[in-house]
Amino acid sequence: MPSLGTSFGRGGATDYQQDLMNSDCITIMGSNMAENHPVGFQWVLEARERGAEVVHIDPRFTRTSAMSTKYIGIRAGSDIAFLGGVVNYILENDRWFHEYVRTYTNARVIIDDAYVDTEEADGLFSGWDPEQGKYDATTWQYKGMQVHGSGGSPEEGVKGEQSHGSHGGLLSHGDPPEEDWDLEHPRCVFQILKRHYARYTPEFVAETCGCTVEEFLWYADTICKNSGRERTGAFAYAVGWTQHTTGVQLIRSAAIIQLLLGNMGRPGGGIMALRGHASIQGSTDIPTLYNILPGYLVMPHTEHYGGLQKYIERSTAPAGWWGNADAYIVSLLKAWWGPAATKENEFCFSWLPRIDDDNSHYWTVQQMLKGKVKGYIVAGENPAVGSANGRAQRLGLAQLDWLVVRDLVEIETASFWYDSPEIESGELRTEQIPTEVFFMPASTHLEKDGSFTNTQRLLQWHFKAVEPKEDCRSELWFYYHLGKKIKEKLKESQDPKDWPVQHLTWEYGEQGGNEEPSASDVLREINGYDDHGQLLAAYKLLKADGSTSCGCWIYCGAYADGKNMAARKTPHWEQTYTALEWAWSWPANRRLLYNRASADPDGKAWSDRKELVWWDAEQKKWTGHDTPDFDEEKPPDYVPPDDAKGPDAIAGNHPFIMQADGLGWLYVPQGLEDGPLPTHYEPHESPFDNPLYSQRANPRRQQNKDLEEDPYNPVAGEGGSELFPYVVTTYRLTEHHTAGGMTRFTPYLSELQPQMFVEVHPDLARERGLEHGGWATIVTMRSAIEARVLVTDRMRPMKVNGAVRHQVGLPYHWGQRGLVTGGAANDLAHMALDPNVHIQEVKAFTCDIRPGRRPRGPKLAQFMDELRAEARAARATATRHEPEETRKT
Amino acid sequence: MSTAVESYGADAKPRMGFFTDTTICIGCKACEVACKEWNLIPEDGRLWTGESYDNTSALGANSWRHVAFVEQRKPLKLDGEVAALDAEPLRWLMESDVCKHCTHAGCLDVCPTGALFRTEFGTVVVQEDVCNGCGYCVPACPFGVIDKRDLPRSPDDAPLALPIFGKKEDGRVWKCTLCYDRLKGGHEPACAKSCPTDSIQFGELDELRERADKRLEKLRAEHWNGARLYGNDPDDGVGGFGAFFLLLDEPEVYGLPPDPVVPTAHLPKLWLNTAVAAAALLTGIAVSFFGGRE
Repeated sequence: MPSLGTSFGRGGATDYQQDLMNSDCITIMGSNMAENHPVGFQWVLEARERGAEVVHIDPRFTRTSAMSTKYIGIRAGSDIAFLGGVVNYILENDRWFHEYVRTYTNARVIIDDAYVDTEEADGLFSGWDPEQGKYDATTWQYKGMQVHGSGGSPEEGVKGEQSHGSHGGLLSHGDPPEEDWDLEHPRCVFQILKRHYARYTPEFVAETCGCTVEEFLWYADTICKNSGRERTGAFAYAVGWTQHTTGVQLIRSAAIIQLLLGNMGRPGGGIMALRGHASIQGSTDIPTLYNILPGYLVMPHTEHYGGLQKYIERSTAPAGWWGNADAYIVSLLKAWWGPAATKENEFCFSWLPRIDDDNSHYWTVQQMLKGKVKGYIVAGENPAVGSANGRAQRLGLAQLDWLVVRDLVEIETASFWYDSPEIESGELRTEQIPTEVFFMPASTHLEKDGSFTNTQRLLQWHFKAVEPKEDCRSELWFYYHLGKKIKEKLKESQDPKDWPVQHLTWEYGEQGGNEEPSASDVLREINGYDDHGQLLAAYKLLKADGSTSCGCWIYCGAYADGKNMAARKTPHWEQTYTALEWAWSWPANRRLLYNRASADPDGKAWSDRKELVWWDAEQKKWTGHDTPDFDEEKPPDYVPPDDAKGPDAIAGNHPFIMQADGLGWLYVPQGLEDGPLPTHYEPHESPFDNPLYSQRANPRRQQNKDLEEDPYNPVAGEGGSELFPYVVTTYRLTEHHTAGGMTRFTPYLSELQPQMFVEVHPDLARERGLEHGGWATIVTMRSAIEARVLVTDRMRPMKVNGAVRHQVGLPYHWGQRGLVTGGAANDLAHMALDPNVHIQEVKAFTCDIRPGRRPRGPKLAQFMDELRAEARAARATATRHEPEETRKT
Repeated sequence: MSTAVESYGADAKPRMGFFTDTTICIGCKACEVACKEWNLIPEDGRLWTGESYDNTSALGANSWRHVAFVEQRKPLKLDGEVAALDAEPLRWLMESDVCKHCTHAGCLDVCPTGALFRTEFGTVVVQEDVCNGCGYCVPACPFGVIDKRDLPRSPDDAPLALPIFGKKEDGRVWKCTLCYDRLKGGHEPACAKSCPTDSIQFGELDELRERADKRLEKLRAEHWNGARLYGNDPDDGVGGFGAFFLLLDEPEVYGLPPDPVVPTAHLPKLWLNTAVAAAALLTGIAVSFFGGRE
């Protein structure tokens, strides 16, 4: 979550769901919280019952809309236009929280003279290189500041996914070089913001998004009214925001609003990132991602590899908590290689893998299609159904030598070689697929001990209830025993490349007949030890001299004093509402991040109603209802001395302690691939022109122009765009879980939503001759799927730029297997990606919809071939050229 | 009267029930699933209905909770600036229906075997080891709740076998027990336990009725469109529900009868009519035998 990381310092939800009940206005946008987070949604309803406004802004009227005090319909893919309108409203009407913005954000910082905004360059920021299709971020910097990167190397610092924590900038003693506290300097962030959003008027919003001017003005006034000293507003979002080619910038828009309104770090405020799986937050904290190490430490890169010292130089910020990056990485290396890691051998730093390219999921699939990937292990995922462009996914799998799938049931990813749609169409033949498939049955969470790190950074322990059946085994069991077997095989090897495996610490207690490794031993290792073998209590105790070990610095303290803090189960009614004794959250059991900002610059609560953490002048420390997210003894009037480093360089009134300047970043000078400010671009596939610029879509989005398996629909201004006139958006239902592996095979859930369906408005049904309860075929350049037709007022047509446009809604849970089956919506989606996190754009693309069932068997392949040929021929008659292709800025 | 928990003497408990508040129901169907899990109810068929998001359709032998979904072109609230903004108002009502555990329960009245009985909590429960499947209770329920479990229709159909009983089903009648076994153990029913928003509230009926009155008052003050209680009146045709509802429209909108009456309420009148007819008949016979003799 680089959007939150670069804006505030940490890539995690800034708030916790229970705190939503303290909110006066909850904006749910890019999320269908009632359907996808029904348990957490109780706190939204609690707020509503206490009188809060709950506003749902979404392309569809969902169960969340039904429970809200107001629903505002906008067209899929227009969120930045809407939120940009809110920013403009706040600035134009002087509704921003003056004292908060001046002191706690970078509004006052002066930006480099060479910075050119999209408003001046027709949709491109300065630094655009059309040859590379990338930005050089040099001109985006604070005036007088260098880009944070190692000396002499050409790279532009920590970017993309790696900037879950922005790692700050290269600021000495925590102060930006040039500031204007009056916010009047034409190149200060505040004035740049004003100019950038000046065209986002209420009328522009209404025309672009399809809502009414009145609705927009009501909303803008409502969130402003519910912010300030006495009141706070919160945002909740989920993948409805992330899954766009502008996803990261979309979330950034909310960050800007929340900083301007002074809602960050305060009860009932913040940005609640709602994550989809039980432990998806955990899987970025202790990552399954290719480009970060545990605790958001960056992965070493071949290009600027220079050993541990160089790495530390690059990772360490002169100010803020990334100033201690050396202690975090050395402790991690000690946890992994124990006694083998010594000062002399740089704690085995050279044994870490190094990345040399994008190695994300979609990149890997492309390499598969080119036959460059031999083997693939899929665990807890069903890419054949859950990933964009399912056909490309499955064709990729068919190029592998071997495939291991670990799941509860034999999902589509494991069975593609004999029952996929490509087998049906004849594009693949079982006897010609070389892939050897190993299916490994997995045990469920009820059959193992372990922890989930939930959407609000909360580690919650669960205990095994029953033994796994037959040969089902936990993930931990699988990787632990796999590791043991590999170690055994390499035991005698003299080859230095095997040293990392030979010396890897791999000692965990085994329990029971299955030799299940101890999950609590793993959590202890993650928590870390001092040199006497005592479990550490907090990350402040980590050292860079090799005397401490810690598997993930932000989790340090989860096993403080030998107690599994994640297993604490004191119910909330037996303690204060912050419930600090229920489980444990990173960092340091803080529930509400940046909570120093709940007090004014002098350390007093902004108001009694919204008090959370404050400076106790008598005891000379920060105290309150939550664990203070600040150096406990640093007084509010602390001014760092010139030679201060790390956390000591952050002033007493700078609440965002992970940032090198301790400030909330309205403007992000570094860390993002596609610009320092969000700006409205159309989705990669859209039937609309960009009303702002001739640059239509995000110029930095990742496209696969040469990939035959990922063809794109013609867009606005291109020949053939009329073949795909509708906007389509995909989503989940309460009754099913993502790609369906956990639910389509379960009778009690399958019967609740037993078939793939498509949601359309009555007008669209009439326009296309679709019959309620009948069949429809939905078509893109990638594929055609069929679904039952659900005609409903809940899919509202949108009036955009004067014309009425329809949207098509598709749940994406089904595939060809399970108790209930149906077309996979992701087969329709393309693989153009957000440049920061390489996420697919499945929340807004284009399609056609026709009555009746899809062609079957070989006729489907033939139908698709003809459609693609027709669209390509039409596009050739009128091809669109974008500034991104030729213009250097 | 026929709640009759007094017959339990010292073992009688306060009458327990549900207050289902549809204004906070998010339609997640956790109640349906939790009920099936706890009570080991078989799957109810995988038919896609197209009735909004409702694929359960009705209460029955194999669905003891049913969430109704109603899409309406009506505003949720009738007053305020928000309502004024909506040119095309839309609301989506969701309601988790369940056995009403009537004060005067028709099913119980007509049961010839004593399989249906009134528990010490004032709830109505079928004893599955006593029920002989006669089915008299099915038409006696004014809500169409109690239902016979189907036997396999053809040899090809999978038998609806429950592993716990180890035998084929069944032909008996089934319905919500208000989790009698859980109540015995001091736990709330599975549906109420699983409800994330407390739309399903379990408790002593008297207290629930007070709570519901206050809730209605608040909703009316907030101008909720059509807010009303359903089944809270002890003087209605079934003597009040043990499980009652707060609705946002007429009961018919949710598929509920507007004025349910226990069929056995007509019994005294029926018997009186029968007696009158019998007397008339006897009189006629007597007259024909004796009256005409001259």
